[in-house]
Amino acid sequence: MAEYQNIFTTVQVRSLAYPGVPHDQGQHDRIGKPFFNYWVGKIGDAQIGPIYLGATGVFAVICGLIAITIMGYGQAASVGFSPMKFFQQFFWLALEPPGPEYGLHIPPLAKGGWWLIAGFFLTMSILLWWVRTYRRAIALGIGTHMAWAFAAAIWLYLVIGFIRPLMMGSWSEAPPFGIFPHLDWTAAFSIAYGNLYYNPFHMLSIAFLYGSALLFAMHGATILSVSRYGGDREIDQIVDRGTAAERAALFWRWTMGFNASMESIHRWAYWFSVLVVITGGIGILLTGTVVDNWYLWGIKHGLVPPYPVVGVPVPDPVSLPGAL
Amino acid sequence: MRTTFFSTHKVLPLAAVGLALVVVGGCERPPPQSTQLGYRGVGQNAFVNPRFFAARVAANVAPEPQPAAVPVAVTAGSVYKNLQVLGDVPITEFTRLMLAITEWVVPRDQWVDGQGCVYCHDIAAMEADTKYQKVVARSMLHMTQRANRSWGAHVAPSGVTCYTCHRGNAIPKYVWTTNPGEKPRASGYAGLQNRLSPVPAFSSLPYDPLTTYFDKDTAIAITPTKAMAPVEPKTVNTMRGEGTYALMMYISKSLGVGCNHCHNSRQFADWAQSSPQRVKAWYAIRMVREANKEFVMPLNPILPAARKGPLGDPMRIACETCHQGVNKPLLAAPMLKDYPELGPLNDPAVEAAAPATVQTGVDDGAATDAKVTGQPGTAAGVM
Repeated sequence: MAEYQNIFTTVQVRSLAYPGVPHDQGQHDRIGKPFFNYWVGKIGDAQIGPIYLGATGVFAVICGLIAITIMGYGQAASVGFSPMKFFQQFFWLALEPPGPEYGLHIPPLAKGGWWLIAGFFLTMSILLWWVRTYRRAIALGIGTHMAWAFAAAIWLYLVIGFIRPLMMGSWSEAPPFGIFPHLDWTAAFSIAYGNLYYNPFHMLSIAFLYGSALLFAMHGATILSVSRYGGDREIDQIVDRGTAAERAALFWRWTMGFNASMESIHRWAYWFSVLVVITGGIGILLTGTVVDNWYLWGIKHGLVPPYPVVGVPVPDPVSLPGAL
Repeated sequence: MRTTFFSTHKVLPLAAVGLALVVVGGCERPPPQSTQLGYRGVGQNAFVNPRFFAARVAANVAPEPQPAAVPVAVTAGSVYKNLQVLGDVPITEFTRLMLAITEWVVPRDQWVDGQGCVYCHDIAAMEADTKYQKVVARSMLHMTQRANRSWGAHVAPSGVTCYTCHRGNAIPKYVWTTNPGEKPRASGYAGLQNRLSPVPAFSSLPYDPLTTYFDKDTAIAITPTKAMAPVEPKTVNTMRGEGTYALMMYISKSLGVGCNHCHNSRQFADWAQSSPQRVKAWYAIRMVREANKEFVMPLNPILPAARKGPLGDPMRIACETCHQGVNKPLLAAPMLKDYPELGPLNDPAVEAAAPATVQTGVDDGAATDAKVTGQPGTAAGVM
């Protein structure tokens, strides 16, 4: 009765530590003696390691550490290297991009130059990590789906921090590196460009995001509910449908008239999740380059629901005679 | 399955209780009360928690007015010397105002022998401008009269008095000076933002919007006015957006209201969907700019260092100086009517019947009258 009511696994398979399937690409680069951890086994495979780093992994980690160090250094410098202030204000601190006065020029280090350098290393780190995910997939003889899903996320990252600022002709359009500052940037960005909620690609992105969460819950629940019939052997059941797949399908057909299949649900999930960032990236890219005010764009295309203004509409004081 | 001290069924409830405390700990105890401000169902509601509001009401009580003066025909200027502002006021009314100002502005611990007069006056020569406080007070009287006479679009119908800002303090509690930020060290770049600061209501937005928008006429409205890019001239920029946002956070915090007190958040820029309060705020921003520029900044040469900010600039006014957490200072207590010499109030609502002349306070000549007399010439002999 009490099974599957918490996040922890009920089964921990233990065998001798397993180095992974043999293959002829990068085999010797697997490092670390594998060991087991009971608590990790509660949420996944209890075996830790060996890990493969390789050249791209090593350089990705180095570039990432350089980027994070520069960000932390910039944040610490902005509070005069006071450890107390650094910890007290950590969530507020940031490394800011250059101001609007610099356009796309290279500013002095203390005026946003460090932001460019940190951004370069962060981007290099992410791109190298992408190469690593792609090449490891090839080495294992599996599909490159994960690399392409990761590429979709990188697309959004590059649009926000690099491609759109380039198209706008100003680094100042890019977000800062900081916890609260990048969130405040997001809100300011939306308001400045006339409310991003009226951007249809933003709408799509949110629909796919919430849709992904819904699909994730539906799929996880479905498989857990039929695992007593072997439903957790999902890949087998794509072609060799057993009572688990039948019962799961029947459940959804009964409740909503339609069911995904053991194969299609994974395609649903994959495309919902990658479309979050693909559509989101398109929406950001259009902001300020094609559309300057999303609310007015929505008015123009009949997207904005009209409702009565309560009270007397006020005039813009600037339009009145004698205004400043 | 192994059994350990940290078994799941012991850890989980503890973790759940801990998480619940963390989540609930930041909440405010009910009940919030909501007031509908706009069309139904679109989130145009103001929320007030009566417990917190009661504290704000208690902190914003206007003092009892001074006993009425006996009407006399003798003007103060005919009795006292060096009266540059209130010379035409009847002598009894003048004395009554002086008593009120003492009560409003001079803290009790500054009184000498039961008298607060000495805070500004040289007892031996009451008319002498020997104390900088007296010169400042004169400029502040000009400023108060100017606010009431020319900025009715913001201060009507209650008007303002010295007490609106001072509340018994020599320096109003909520004044500001330019924040120089941290000394530039090494090469960190935070762009005058990203600090734990109460000014933008503890957001990480720019921490000194007051210098940016009140000392200078920096454009606040930046949202493009047309749908499709490029809209020229280009007003919008995300960083500038953060600046405007910071100023709005400051105003919101100063007045104890949310964005939708003035705006419809679906399009902050659109006047047609805004409340009349937004027009009041628009005039307020212009009024604050003028007051600081005309009446506070010129006093700087005579002020002691203790009355200046780290960059040597004087303590200036902004929204919070008067509002102090409520949208109508002193909850709209009509103090001005008891001290008519600080007016008269120019009230656009009353004058609306007359042909539409918009009172903006730029070109009606009053600014020339309101010249600050504490100029460097006077100041030389002061300190």
